Amino acid sequence: MTVTVSAALSDLRSFLHGLPGVDKVGVEARAAALATRSIKTSAKAEAIDLAIRMVDLTTLEGADTPGKVRALCAKARRPDPADPSCPPVAAICVYPAMARVAAAALAGSGVHLASVATAFPSGQAPLEVKLADTRDAVAAGADEIDMVISRGAFLAGDYTKVFDEIVAVKEACGGAHLKVILETGELGTYDNIRRASWLAMLAGADFIKTSTGKVAVNATLPITLVMLEAVRDFRERHGRIIGVKPAGGIKTTKDAVKYLVLINETVGDDWLSPDRFRFGASSLLNDLLMQRTKLTTGHYAGPDYFTLD
Amino acid sequence: MPKSVKSPAPEAVRLAVRKTYKLYIGGKFPRSESGRTFVADGDNVALASRKDARDAVLAARAAQPKWAGATAYNRGQVLYRIAEMLEARRAEFTALGVPGDEVDAAVDRWVWYAGWSDKIAQVVGGANPVAGPFFNISAPEPTGVVAVVAPASLLGLVSVVAPAIVTGNTTVVLTAGPQVAITLAEVLATSDVPGGVVNLLTGRYAETAPWLASHDDVNALDLTGVDHPGLAAELERAAAGTLKRVIRPRAATDFTADPGLRPMTALLETKTVWHPKGY
Repeated sequence: MTVTVSAALSDLRSFLHGLPGVDKVGVEARAAALATRSIKTSAKAEAIDLAIRMVDLTTLEGADTPGKVRALCAKARRPDPADPSCPPVAAICVYPAMARVAAAALAGSGVHLASVATAFPSGQAPLEVKLADTRDAVAAGADEIDMVISRGAFLAGDYTKVFDEIVAVKEACGGAHLKVILETGELGTYDNIRRASWLAMLAGADFIKTSTGKVAVNATLPITLVMLEAVRDFRERHGRIIGVKPAGGIKTTKDAVKYLVLINETVGDDWLSPDRFRFGASSLLNDLLMQRTKLTTGHYAGPDYFTLD
Repeated sequence: MPKSVKSPAPEAVRLAVRKTYKLYIGGKFPRSESGRTFVADGDNVALASRKDARDAVLAARAAQPKWAGATAYNRGQVLYRIAEMLEARRAEFTALGVPGDEVDAAVDRWVWYAGWSDKIAQVVGGANPVAGPFFNISAPEPTGVVAVVAPASLLGLVSVVAPAIVTGNTTVVLTAGPQVAITLAEVLATSDVPGGVVNLLTGRYAETAPWLASHDDVNALDLTGVDHPGLAAELERAAAGTLKRVIRPRAATDFTADPGLRPMTALLETKTVWHPKGY
């Protein structure tokens, strides 16, 4: 089926509610089973480098300063200054107010610049404000936009409003990639997560992202599994490839590797690329670097030897 | 009224409660992540792996700021509490073959170090006279996370752990006498010692100690319990990679003697502060 911007509310609703329900016990058991896979030695080394290349190094604090953002950009370009073989991260993720500073610091590095927009993190603002926010970020140099959906509207069942907003933001993005944050921790059920994923993909998202990192429940393996399944089914039906970005709460190399296993077993290894999968994280990078150092030096690394920001 | 049939009392047979001596990491008693065990004097004992050592360092590091930030008075109270609990478990240690007077000496040693917690700063720190309008103050601070290769005896174990933790360090201790060490862990676990301040691993020194010696997040290494000179030298070399403090006694230590302040001061760093005098 095709849903266009002018789709009647009932069409979209009946499609989203016609999606098969998610087996909660099954999806959690599957995610837990895959999480027990053991990835060692050379496979682990490759997984770590891949995970580093997938990191959207993020700082979304009220206390962000141009200095902090520049320091983070330097880290993004060269995560481990002691080891030139360490790859750069995928992108830096900042507030629109910091996008100009970050764009200057990343110029020529190949590291993407993602900016959250659309009244992040709550999304509770008029559409004009959200669009202006988006255009601002793009004008400042962001080539990826992380938008939040209006959970209030989604939960109230006003799917067309959410759909139209995504379409409008996508248009405001111009050439920039659009990541749509579902804020899964506020959606309540796996069924809602599946519906929101489809809604975002139909509306033109390039990526679907779990969370803002600002609520109690962020990315989890089962939630990401549901989203990966949606992405897989969407490609089958529409031929378009959508990326997935879990964000928030992924702190250790072990966690990251579990996600990589999940990708490989759900959508296949062509999704094992920074173009199709990202980690929204900040502290994860240091743990990846420590594990990488452990593998290259043969002894355990300590946090004192890596920068905090 | 039905006639009650009184069966003969069965002979009192109780199944033996066989104990597995597990590790002590972060205030809990986990088995080795490797699942390995070994038999020591007929008891099943967890055989620590390098990953258990890694987990223990994480637990020690996590516990360190809060333990060092507790008041010296409070740390002294906790150490005294250990002495109380050890005293109460005296019979358990003598049943493991520890001589009674050694248990007494171990209790006394906890009490002795408990007293030092709020006095060591006055002895090794203080105000320095300087030729200028400054207050100049030196204060001892804990070194951080200390990896300890402990001697087998109870008194030896207490004599290396107590001076490390009394000043605010946290420890990862490789032990030789597993039953005694883990029984001491049971004392620590019931003594208000925060989880992670003392972590005890049972197993082979030669397997786990090198990982601790080379670990970037360990600040000091106490080799008192290493009796193989080759291993001690190897560990010292590995520790040099991160400039760890290393304690390596030249001769066998007599733990019954007065330990003096050296075991404490060896794991302290001096911070000196210059402060202008205002008018």
